[in-house]
Amino acid sequence: MKIHVPNSAFIYNIDSFLAGFDPSDPSILEVSTNDQWISMHPLVLCMIAALALKTDNATIDEVKARSGHYITRMGLYPFLGLPSPHEIEEHDPSGRFIPLTQIESSGELTDFLNDMVPLLHLPPAQSRTIRYIMSELIRNVLEHAQAGNGAIVAAQYYSKSNTIRIGIVDTGIGIKQSMAFAHATASDLEAIKMSLIPGMTGTTVREGGTDYNAGAGLFFVKSIATINEDPFLIYSGNSMYKLLKSKKKKLNWNPEDDSHSEREDLPRWEGTVVGLDINLDSTEAFADLLTLIQSTYSEAVRVRRKDRFRKANFI
Amino acid sequence: MEKQNALTIKLLPITGPFAENKDIGKDIRVDKIEPALGKGIDIILDFNGIEGATQSFIHSMISQVIRDNGNAIIDRIFFKDCVDDVKAIISIVISYMQDSD
Repeated sequence: MKIHVPNSAFIYNIDSFLAGFDPSDPSILEVSTNDQWISMHPLVLCMIAALALKTDNATIDEVKARSGHYITRMGLYPFLGLPSPHEIEEHDPSGRFIPLTQIESSGELTDFLNDMVPLLHLPPAQSRTIRYIMSELIRNVLEHAQAGNGAIVAAQYYSKSNTIRIGIVDTGIGIKQSMAFAHATASDLEAIKMSLIPGMTGTTVREGGTDYNAGAGLFFVKSIATINEDPFLIYSGNSMYKLLKSKKKKLNWNPEDDSHSEREDLPRWEGTVVGLDINLDSTEAFADLLTLIQSTYSEAVRVRRKDRFRKANFI
Repeated sequence: MEKQNALTIKLLPITGPFAENKDIGKDIRVDKIEPALGKGIDIILDFNGIEGATQSFIHSMISQVIRDNGNAIIDRIFFKDCVDDVKAIISIVISYMQDSD
C-alpha cells in the first residue's frame, strides 16, 4: 500500500488524494509527503493510521515540510510503529485537537466522549452537536464494521474558519457488505446512499429497525451537516459520496436530492472513511434541527409505505 | 403530583449526563421497563441532569416496548424533566415507531 500526503487535502479537494491511494500489497505501507508543505483533514491521518494497524511493515519518507511536526503532534508515528523525528509537547492545551485515537469498545467510546469536549474547548451549544455526531458515527463502526482494529478517530479545530474537522475511519467490511445482511445493493455507491436513508439498516428489512438498530445514525449526521451547510463525505469500497455546501437549508430523506458529488472509480478502501467539517458559526439550535429531522424522517416512512402498498390485481 | 403505581427510573446515575450507550439503554428496557409494564406498573423515565441523548440510545430503550405492545403502551411511559434536545429525540423515536412494522 502506498499513500502520499499532498500539500493540501481537505474535503473540498480530497478527490485527488483519494485517487492516488494505492491499496495493492497490503503487507506493506509506504507513506510519503509533500516536501514543501502538508496541510490535511484529520481523516487523512485516520486513514494512514488505520492502514498502519494492518501491517507490521510501515515506513514514512523523511518529512521535509515545515509543517511536518503536525503529524507528530497528531500522534501518527506510534501507529506507524516508528519513532517521531520531532520533539513536541504531547498535548498543547491551547491546540484544540483530538490526536489519533483508536476506539475498540463501547467503554472506550464513553471515555472518549467524556474527554473530547475539554480537548476541543467547545462551548456547550456546539459540544452537544459534535458529541452526538461522534457517538453515532463511532457506534456505527463498533456495531456494523466488523473491524478488527475498531475506529480510528481524530479532530482538529481551525481558527480561521472557526471549524472543527473530524475524521472517523475503519478497515472493516465496508458499507456494501454491512448493508447486504438485509439489503442487496449493486454497487458500493448504491450501498452508501442506502445507508443515508432513514430507517435503512443492515440488520433488518423491517421498518423501524430492530430493538437495537433503527438505521437512522448516518441520516441524522447528514441532516446536521445539511442544515449547518457543513461538508460531509463517506468513502467505502470504490465509491465516495460527498455532501457539498449548500445554501438550501432543506432536509431530504433521499441523498440523491442533496447537493452532492459522487465517484465510483476510486481505489478500493476496505472499510469506511467518514469526514465532516462543523462550522461553529452556523451550528443551529440542536432541538430545532431535530424537529426538522423528525418531519423528514416521517416523510421517508410515508413514501416507503406507499411504495410497498399493493392493490389487488383484478384480471 | 406523583403518579401512583409507577416505577421511576432515574437515568443520570446509570447513563451519565450524555445518554448514548445503547447497551445500557437495552439493559434498562430488559431489566426494568419490560418487567414493570408486564406487572401493570407504569414507567417514569427521569431525565433530570441528562444534558443530551442520542436517537440510538432512546431507540434501544423504548422501541421494542412499543413494537411488542402496540402504540397504546406509550400512554404508560412518562418522560420526566427532559431538556429540549432530549424531548426532540424522544419525539422522533416515538413518532417513527408508530409508523414501523
